[in-house]
Amino acid sequence: MNTSIEQLRLTAKSIRIWVVKSLAAAGSGHLGGSLGMADVLTMLYFKVLRHDPKNPFWSCRDRFILSIGHVAPVLYSTLAHAGYFPLEELLTLRKLGSRLQGHPGKEYGLPGLELSAGSLGQGLSVSVGLSLGFKLDKLDNKVYCLLGDGELQEGSVWEAAMAAGHYHLDHLVAIVDRNGVQIDGPTEKVMRLEPLRQKWEAFGWEVTECDGNNLEELSLAFEKIGQESSKPKVLIARTIMGKGVSAIEGDYHWHGKAPSQAQTEEFINEILSK
Amino acid sequence: MNSFQLKGLKATRAGFGEGVVEAGRRNNDVVVIGADITSSVGLDGFAREFPDRFFSMGIAEQNGMGVAAGLALEGKIPVFSTYAVFSAFRAADQLRISVCYNNLHVIIGGAHAGISVGPDGATHQALEDLAYVRALPNITVLSPCDASQAFKATLSALLEIAGPVYIRFGRENVPDFTTYDLEFIPGKAQVFRPGKDVTIIATGHLVWPSIEASELLAKQGISARVINLHTIKPIDEETIIRAAAETGCILTAEEHQIHGGMGSAVAEVIVRDHVVPMEMIGINDTFGESGQPDELMKKFGLTAENIAQKTTQLLKRKKITNS
Ligand SMILES: Cc1ncc(C[n+]2csc(CCOP(=O)(O)OP(=O)(O)O)c2C)c(N)n1
Repeated sequence: MNTSIEQLRLTAKSIRIWVVKSLAAAGSGHLGGSLGMADVLTMLYFKVLRHDPKNPFWSCRDRFILSIGHVAPVLYSTLAHAGYFPLEELLTLRKLGSRLQGHPGKEYGLPGLELSAGSLGQGLSVSVGLSLGFKLDKLDNKVYCLLGDGELQEGSVWEAAMAAGHYHLDHLVAIVDRNGVQIDGPTEKVMRLEPLRQKWEAFGWEVTECDGNNLEELSLAFEKIGQESSKPKVLIARTIMGKGVSAIEGDYHWHGKAPSQAQTEEFINEILSK
Repeated sequence: MNSFQLKGLKATRAGFGEGVVEAGRRNNDVVVIGADITSSVGLDGFAREFPDRFFSMGIAEQNGMGVAAGLALEGKIPVFSTYAVFSAFRAADQLRISVCYNNLHVIIGGAHAGISVGPDGATHQALEDLAYVRALPNITVLSPCDASQAFKATLSALLEIAGPVYIRFGRENVPDFTTYDLEFIPGKAQVFRPGKDVTIIATGHLVWPSIEASELLAKQGISARVINLHTIKPIDEETIIRAAAETGCILTAEEHQIHGGMGSAVAEVIVRDHVVPMEMIGINDTFGESGQPDELMKKFGLTAENIAQKTTQLLKRKKITNS
């Protein structure tokens, strides 16, 4: 895909707007993390991933595994923008009978959704299994797994990290949403994660860091990650919770909140104006 | 004496949180372990009042459960509470071995139990926790019917009951109706409504709708006994068997899978000691889903109307059995 940064910026903007709209329609949900991840998901679905929205089950597609199920709104918005389903369906988020469950549920048949999730600390293990399967079948599909930084406190993440290093899963890419916050507050106060780079390196991973809200930096980071090496790769994406709406940026209270009606208008206007 | 009177709406998780704070004031050994959803499970009050006795463990439930066991070994009274899907399942093995096999006095909170969790959907709606925890030896399993009872049950769990205790409670604001002087005796079920035609045994959020159902049934001339089974284990065999003998049929109602839940526990007593026709209201072998709590209660057949309707069906079976 040959997409300019300027085009990607417009896409990310629209993805953010629909995240706000869908959460407003739902009346609940996780706004902060969803806005913070809009740039990473834009980059993945509009530049990095090998995929075909017309053919969601294409066997050659790369897999995107959302381990932090709570930021489902940004995944849904991105999938809709990529053409997997109509944008209007985003307004059914969290409603009875919707394919857009509060946390992703595969049984509802949403095109493009790879895994049911919502219990933290499971996605990287599933990604290791997928990668091992692709290796067995001599396929070159890549697996991208999105993790939260708070999520890294789950021991199971490190069991998966150990296995990925052990099996040299070079086509596995983990992305950490390093926004520095979780529900109870700053990650380093709730349960210290640093030194994070060294932890991943010690488990046999190649570590890249960048500003996860900067499309140029993300583009360069994924280029570097795309180069062959025998190790699994992790991108520590430094982001800002609520990115794009100054009133809530960096505020962990917005981890699991939806905007009021007045806020919805205000937030959308600000995103549009940038 | 009436044991209930509608006082307003309040979440059972709030009663739990207030109970932990009160126990903390009465006993300095009470300690709390946080798992990054501290205010959501009602423990922020304790964390504020007793910061030195609050340990943040982050999003690490297996570790949290094990740490609680260690604190109990040292004579502390640890409370470890997170969403029931995680306290019962993510930390299932630590609960079984470190806590229950060692028979340690750890209080485990099962928050956000049931379908009424609402829009978060299936991943966060604990519908199988009772099936697992009640199968564990040594543990006491409590499922209070409202916020006032949750408060008393929590105090009892921390300061009276020995060994591991699991307390199940919900997220939504629900009728708060038990009176201040209604005593909470672990293992002793409460008869909230006398009745002779049928017995409705309910637990947790479904006790209030069962009382409402008994009123609907009374209008049809049916006298329904309503029992609040706030302790799932050890189960009150005597009250259950007496109800079976005196009313001749039993309906159970719970916000949990039918498989392995409170109804199953009641059936285990009935089949052994006094077989009568029985029906169970609960979730029928499916995961939950997103929606508003009241929509979901309707969709999954957990309302007062559903309870009343199932009761009349059960009464038909009772007649056939008796004729
Ligand atoms: C196993 C498990 N424990 C607890 C939760 C509840 N929970 C949902 S999101 C969250 C915080 C996640 O923090 P982070 O990964 O940093 O995501 P962010 O807040 O940045 O969006 C918690 C504790 C969960 N979903 N799964």
